[in-house]
Amino acid sequence: MIRVEEPPFDVGAELGAFGRGDIAVGAVASFVGYVRGAEAGAPALVALTLEHYPGMTERQLAAIEAEARARWPLMDVLVIHRHGRMLPGEPIVLVAVSSAHRQAAFEACEFLMDWLKTKAPFWKLEETSAGAEWVAARASDDAAADRWQKDEP
Amino acid sequence: MKLRYFAWLRTRIGRGEETLDPPPEVATVGALIAWLKTLGPGYAAALADSKLVRVAVNQDYVGPDHPIRPDDEIALFPPVTGG
Repeated sequence: MIRVEEPPFDVGAELGAFGRGDIAVGAVASFVGYVRGAEAGAPALVALTLEHYPGMTERQLAAIEAEARARWPLMDVLVIHRHGRMLPGEPIVLVAVSSAHRQAAFEACEFLMDWLKTKAPFWKLEETSAGAEWVAARASDDAAADRWQKDEP
Repeated sequence: MKLRYFAWLRTRIGRGEETLDPPPEVATVGALIAWLKTLGPGYAAALADSKLVRVAVNQDYVGPDHPIRPDDEIALFPPVTGG
């Protein structure tokens, strides 16, 4: 399931409900991304605003979920990604996957985050005491996504 | 065609969306970007570095050779930074 929404979500409640009711599930792996308020050598963050492309965001996330399901034997997938203005310490994104065994769950969770970071149309605007600035994309995120590329035959 | 701009491309161009009718010889994404750059200094500044411009036609990523049509929705934006 893909959810793109503005209000903060309850990490404990979401993970507590995920994967319940299916006794074939043997493993749940999850990742939660939070708004980082402090970074060495940088002014303290006041707020983070996530802009997105409504429609395309859901479409790209659904495509990434489908790709994960094609690669690993997953029972369920949950991706929650917020947009709008959020404060340090608040959750931004949650990815959870369930499978029979841990390896598929771990790998699929990492894959979903790596592809989401380079394909889902979100942009971060950081507000600090020095003003507001768009976050630049990182080459390390591209490299993390690229390692999941399949070699074409 | 409908154009949409996001993040710093939107702020440099000065609007989030608009409807434009490029001349008929503007038939690909690459030609569209070259044409947009001639519309004003905001467009030229936003689109100056092609490595920092991503394009989606009807909400799918495409490259510079992708053809464009009058009823397309074409979005231009910087590399994404979600997650």
